[in-house]
Parts: sequence; structure tokens; C-alpha cells
Amino acid sequence: MSTPGEVRTWTGRVREVAVAALPPERLLPDTQPVYVASWIYVFGVLTLAAFVVVLASGAVLALAGPGWWHVSSTGHFFNSLHLWSTELFFFFMVVHLWGKFFMAAWRGRRALTWITGAISFLVSIATAFTGYLSQQNFASQWIGGQAKDGLNASGVGAFFNVLNFGQMFMWHIVLLPLLVALLIVGHVLLVRRSGVVPPLPARLAGGDKR
Amino acid sequence: MTGPSILFQLGHTVLGAVVDLSGRPRYIHSGWFLISVANLAVIVAMIVLFALAIALPFPRGRRRP
Repeated sequence: MSTPGEVRTWTGRVREVAVAALPPERLLPDTQPVYVASWIYVFGVLTLAAFVVVLASGAVLALAGPGWWHVSSTGHFFNSLHLWSTELFFFFMVVHLWGKFFMAAWRGRRALTWITGAISFLVSIATAFTGYLSQQNFASQWIGGQAKDGLNASGVGAFFNVLNFGQMFMWHIVLLPLLVALLIVGHVLLVRRSGVVPPLPARLAGGDKR
Repeated sequence: MTGPSILFQLGHTVLGAVVDLSGRPRYIHSGWFLISVANLAVIVAMIVLFALAIALPFPRGRRRP
């Protein structure tokens, strides 16, 4: 039996590191700094909310499959819900990105938060792209036909074939959503660790900062 | 034989009155610049929302004791 302060197992060491990096009051805070009371700070959580709807509607589509969502009214509804929640996901994410860019949100040792957010954005584009390829209609054929030339020219086409529906579908419903979810979880945990970035200091005449 | 429901027809008519969802997409084109009206509308909406988010006051919450 280990004494307090002496941890012998890897699970115990992971717990100690995790609690030291993110103590409970920082992981789930019940107050925020006063500068967070601005509409520009709500777009991150709006992006998260849209992402939850994307995942939930995608899960419903996965339950019944293409033979359902192409022909049934309820299937059409969930197909549309999946599309429009994706549109809102990107809409809110872009406004969130603009807000964080113009307040230089990488300040105060938050570079990793900024980088995980930027990578989440890029991986989300790839996820949406494979979704458009999975529509099984003329639009997806056209998008795949156009994209294959660019991807083949870059060499990616050797193992990422946009004309292979099965491969694109599995990337869309398994690999890329998992990656996006992991990146978002990491991004949010980093925000919790460093706190929400404060606004830029006001510049006064004469070069002084307030 | 049953056709589309009344609700569906009503929704289609109302939406169709605002935006023609079944017609050919419209584009703005000048030289090298080419963008669909739908994409431009989304970009303009994002810029407007961004400006409003900065300009509009945030509602005050309940004061904590």
C-alpha cells in the first residue's frame, strides 16, 4: 500500500498529473471573468452545440442507412438536419475563429489552444468534404470527379480515393468524426486549463496601454 | 395514391416565395471573381453577425450575493 504522495501505479500517476493540470474548480468553473460577458464569446459554445446536433443526427442516419434516408420523409428530415447543423457548425466556427484571431487569442501561453482550434477547423473541412461525397447523388459524383484530379496531383489519391464510396463513407462516419471530437475535447480542456483569453488592452494616445 | 401533405406543400410554397430552391443557382461573376449568391449571402451573414456580436450589449445576469 502506497503512502500519500507516493504513487506506484501508472493510473495513479496519470490521475496526479491530470488533477495537477486541471483541478476540478478549473475543469468545471462556476464563474467567469467579467470580460466574458460579451456576445463574441458565445460562438465557441454555439459551435459545440451544433457539433452535438451533427453527431446525433449522423448517428440516427447511421442506424437506418442510405436505403432509409433517401426514400422516407423522416429520413429526409434527419438528412437535412445533418446538413443544416453542419452549415451552422461551420458558420459559428468561422465567427469564433474571427473573434479569436482579432483578439490574438494565442496570447498568455495559449498557442496550443489556437493550434488545436485551427487543426480542428481543417479536419472539419475534410470531414464535411467526405460527407458531400457520401450523398450518393449527382452532386457527390461531380464533387468526387473534380476532387480526384487535385488529390491525385498531390499524391494523396494513392491511398485516399474520392471515387471509392465505401472508403469515403467510412472516413466520414468513423475516422474523421473521431479525430474532430478528440481535437475539440483537447481544445476545450486547453481553454479550461489556461482560462478564456482576455480582450486586448486599449491603446491610449501617447502609446500607453490601459 | 397520396400526394405530399398539406403541411409540406405549405412549407414548400412559403420557402419558394422567399428563395427559389429548385431553380438554377445564380452567380456573381466579374473577371477572375466568381461566387454563387448563396455562398456570398452566407459570408455576408457571418460578417453582419460578427459586427453585431461586438456592437450589441450583453444582457446582465443575476448578481451573485
